Amino acid sequence: MAEAHAVALPGAPSFFREKVLLGMGWGEYLRSLATPWNALAAVILVVGIPLLAYRFAAGLGATTALTQAYPWGIWIGFDMMTGIVLAAGGFTIGATVQLLGLKDYHGIERSAILTAFLGYLMAVFGLLADLGRPWNIVQAMFNYGSASPLFEVAWCVMCYTTVLLLEFTVPFFEWMGWRKLHAVLKKMLIALTVLSVIFSTMHQAALGSLFLLAPTKLHPLWYSPFIFIFFFISAILAGISMAIIESTISHRVFARQLTGKHVDVDGLVVGLGKAGAVVAFAYFFIKLQGVIDGHAWGHLLTGWGALFLVETVGLVLVPSMLFAYGARHNKAKAVKVAAVMVIGGIILNRLNVSVIAFNWTSATRYVPSWMEVWISLTLVTLGVVAFRWIVNRMPILREDSAFPQGH
Amino acid sequence: MRLTRRGFLKVATVTAGAGLAAAGTARAAGPAPVDPGLPGVLVDTTRCAGCRACEGACAEVNQNPAPDAAADLSVRRDTSQHVFTVVNQAEGPAGEPRFGKKQCMHCLAPACASACPVRAMDKLPSGPVVYDASRCMGCRYCMVACAFDIPKYEYERAAPRVRKCGFCAERQAAGLEPACTSACPTGAITFGKRAALLDEAKRRIYAEGSRYVRRVYGEHEVGGTSWLYISDIPFEQLALATGMPERPYSDLVAGALSAPPFVMTLWPPLLMGLYAFSKRRTEIEQKEDHHG
Repeated sequence: MAEAHAVALPGAPSFFREKVLLGMGWGEYLRSLATPWNALAAVILVVGIPLLAYRFAAGLGATTALTQAYPWGIWIGFDMMTGIVLAAGGFTIGATVQLLGLKDYHGIERSAILTAFLGYLMAVFGLLADLGRPWNIVQAMFNYGSASPLFEVAWCVMCYTTVLLLEFTVPFFEWMGWRKLHAVLKKMLIALTVLSVIFSTMHQAALGSLFLLAPTKLHPLWYSPFIFIFFFISAILAGISMAIIESTISHRVFARQLTGKHVDVDGLVVGLGKAGAVVAFAYFFIKLQGVIDGHAWGHLLTGWGALFLVETVGLVLVPSMLFAYGARHNKAKAVKVAAVMVIGGIILNRLNVSVIAFNWTSATRYVPSWMEVWISLTLVTLGVVAFRWIVNRMPILREDSAFPQGH
Repeated sequence: MRLTRRGFLKVATVTAGAGLAAAGTARAAGPAPVDPGLPGVLVDTTRCAGCRACEGACAEVNQNPAPDAAADLSVRRDTSQHVFTVVNQAEGPAGEPRFGKKQCMHCLAPACASACPVRAMDKLPSGPVVYDASRCMGCRYCMVACAFDIPKYEYERAAPRVRKCGFCAERQAAGLEPACTSACPTGAITFGKRAALLDEAKRRIYAEGSRYVRRVYGEHEVGGTSWLYISDIPFEQLALATGMPERPYSDLVAGALSAPPFVMTLWPPLLMGLYAFSKRRTEIEQKEDHHG
């Protein structure tokens, strides 16, 4: 690295080599990219990006399995519904650190916010692919369809993605070395965190409210006047569980970044497990109240009931106990397993509500086309690649020595 | 960052202010009181001969392809992006055929319009529920929300539109009847004022003793529709959707949509309170560490 300083002129070239190529030359850098995971990502993207272009050139009919009876497929059910809820770690952990003052979780705050930011970006890309007239998305800013829960979702997602971008600029400016801007944004963090909680409360709930307008189409085990509360509570649960999974993976994959800095990941995980146990049990309990309120007991004995029980008992109640066990006996492994189960349960819930148990009386079923699946996969891959690219460069998991109190 | 009282107030006011500004726009549209002057159509299925003149007139006026003359009416057909109305055949009393016409019901409080975030789908004050492609972003939430499965999508097009019956709003504005009702030779579909047609529907039910099912389809469904049906066989046999709530769909989301103003006004002070509390706790801890 010292060599680079000596050779390059002060300014852009050395900056590029240091910050973007990680201090390597072009040849060395490109060789470092030849890993099996990168190869897999490349295969997905090489097919997926032209597919995205094909979607816009040929239209929805040529690329999706959507029908008149199933206007929403996996681009809404997975990319939007699931993508947004799994990005809830941004506001959950942000509020835990900035507002509740639990500074122990500082070490995972930035990665939670970065995941949320990239998650929202990918959800928005998925939405743009799904919209029939994506160029008209700006109409939402000028025509107030304020009786629509989707209007609330649109505004909150726009505002919250902006908040996440601003929160992300703190490590970005540290990376760029822009001290003045960094100081300004750092001061705004508390206010940004408050805004992130407000917008998240509203749109996480409103994504559930969308289905209030489909009482004859959504299966009675999932339709409830309280569905927006279910969506909000499960978003908090997803936030906690994603923080557990992410911090585990990040600290394993990016272990190199953490040299000289001791982070007790297992301690954090067990702490999050305590919160997970309480929230998962509360979520199970209100889901149960939904069944009582909807007089839907009889449906539990059908195939739909089995699916519902897998989702709520198998993937919410059981992991809530596992969370409690792990937290009580200080077993991080149990907490991690529970977190994975909960995430599975929440993904299943969002897919059940928006795709699987939707139009349950219909004679036809929706099965996504391979192109829909591949494009969803492409967006997830883009998110993961961007996450890695950023974490390897910016002070997300590690501290920047020039900004000692960055974390 | 040290939080002064002024700093606290600044953050709380700015966020709450932003909240209140947005709260003004986030209110649910309640059902409009039923205007006795609103247009409606009465469908008396016992009078329909199944001639499908309505289908032909509809296709012509909407510049859709002419209906397939050879179609088998006893096989259930649905409207599509090219077909805004269809006639389905069912078996009536004594083996006589009965026919059910399907098209947009033009709800008094339409779920599609409640669902639309950009008001591309909207109910005109004069009654028809109409669609404006220039505003539409193609989210297809109207299709999800419609209990009658009426809005249909042009998946095959590069700039797809939602397509459905518009109640011939332009013809109505010019003082004309909708194309379908003006084409009906048997008086099975009658255009008029909804309030008067509802009275007429009930008069027929009561005057003809046990002939009709004692219910007007569309009087209460989803809060009432402009199109009203009477029949001597159960409505579901005529391929009409049943089982939807009698409340307007806008009521179903009203509770959830009333939450944002509270979230936007109550969260900021609450969260700032938590922040101030945790800040104070940390300061005390630091002081104790310092002295100890």
